[in-house]
Amino acid sequence: MRIQEHPILHFKPGKKVSFIFEGKKMEGYLDEPIAAALVAAGIKVLSYSRKLKRPRGFFCAIGNCSSCLMKVNGIPNVRTCITRLEEGMIIERQC
Amino acid sequence: MKEYDIIVVGGGPAGLAAATTAAKCNANILLVDDGLQLGGQLIKQTHKFFGSTEQFAGIRGIDIAHNFIDEISHLSNIEILTQSTATGFFEDGVLTILEGYNGNRLSKVKPRRLIIATGASENMLSFINNDLPGVYGAGAVQTLMNVYGVIPGRAVLMVGAGNIGLIVSYQLLQAGIEVKAIVEALPCIGGYWVHASKIRRLGIPIYTRCTLKEVKGKEEVESVTICNIDDKFNFIPGSERELSVDTICLAVGLSPLAELLWQAGCEMAYIPELCGYVAKRDENMKTSLDHIYIAGDVAGIEEASSAMVEGQIAGLNAAASLGLYHEKYRELNLAFHRQLLQLRHNEVSESITRGIKKATL
Repeated sequence: MRIQEHPILHFKPGKKVSFIFEGKKMEGYLDEPIAAALVAAGIKVLSYSRKLKRPRGFFCAIGNCSSCLMKVNGIPNVRTCITRLEEGMIIERQC
Repeated sequence: MKEYDIIVVGGGPAGLAAATTAAKCNANILLVDDGLQLGGQLIKQTHKFFGSTEQFAGIRGIDIAHNFIDEISHLSNIEILTQSTATGFFEDGVLTILEGYNGNRLSKVKPRRLIIATGASENMLSFINNDLPGVYGAGAVQTLMNVYGVIPGRAVLMVGAGNIGLIVSYQLLQAGIEVKAIVEALPCIGGYWVHASKIRRLGIPIYTRCTLKEVKGKEEVESVTICNIDDKFNFIPGSERELSVDTICLAVGLSPLAELLWQAGCEMAYIPELCGYVAKRDENMKTSLDHIYIAGDVAGIEEASSAMVEGQIAGLNAAASLGLYHEKYRELNLAFHRQLLQLRHNEVSESITRGIKKATL
């Protein structure tokens, strides 16, 4: 979900782009962080931990914590909170 | 290998101030930042700053960032490298930087002086299920809402009633998100009363001597149990309350992000008043190594206002150490130090001043 009205800020998102998340087509805005587009689309689980398969979500937003690592266009361990969304990206959970 | 007079690592308030100040001393500068855009935490701060006009009082953080970015675009001697992480500084004076898509390109540059302004990372708190999606650091919530206009959740428990907890709670309300309560483990509210009063006027409870015990949920946060604690921070049985929330926002402090300084071999000290390990430094922000300066939260957790002044001091003096004296060097250096004293001339800053004394070489 996205903020519709705000007393101080005016959001000027980039153009709408579509991407594939876990095989499903979704929409987000060009150049926003991949993880932000996913949260806006209602996706909270970004990956599962390796050993105990615990769900992992967005946590720090500045590339420090590793909680948002995902597979993007086949490349694993992409920090999706500081990687920009592009048209046609293929985004997958990793575990 | 490309050489620079000064490389500034970190494009937040301290790094921006350091880079612009050093640029005015005619140093050629590279500013490296790992974020998508410059500004650090400023770009998510919608509140107006306190202090005096010299420290941007009355201006919103986000506008301060834009002013800096605008200023830099007019300074031809600053090169910018965003989405790039400085990973190490070596004996031969080489700084390594990871660039490109997911950091898959390594580049090497050589600075004559290095200013480290890497800021801080958010502290975690131990509680049951603290790894569930829906548990966020306060900075992340600010980024989602204030930079990208994305709603992190519908109902939030804020943990921590320091300035960050209070300010972010108010920002959540501005974004139309419900804040169920603020819990604070200490017996009193740590942040400024002006922020706390705003929250209380809107009917949001602030529970002191209270913390969260457990988060419940399968794939994501579904509810939270909060519990009162005694003087020794033990849970008081029977005082548990359950709140229906989908988001936990942690505002339980920050720690200096000092890995580069450790790696480079600066003399470090654990100083509780500055919230962790910091590099020891002289009054002009020079570390135990002559070519490395520090500024901002990496030098001790404080506020953006003082971070910017520290940045100015580091920038001015790093340039001066190369013989690049600003035409008003003495005047400016005195003025910056005076501003820092003013900013720290209050009760809250007493412990910071004590910490800085311990950290001074």
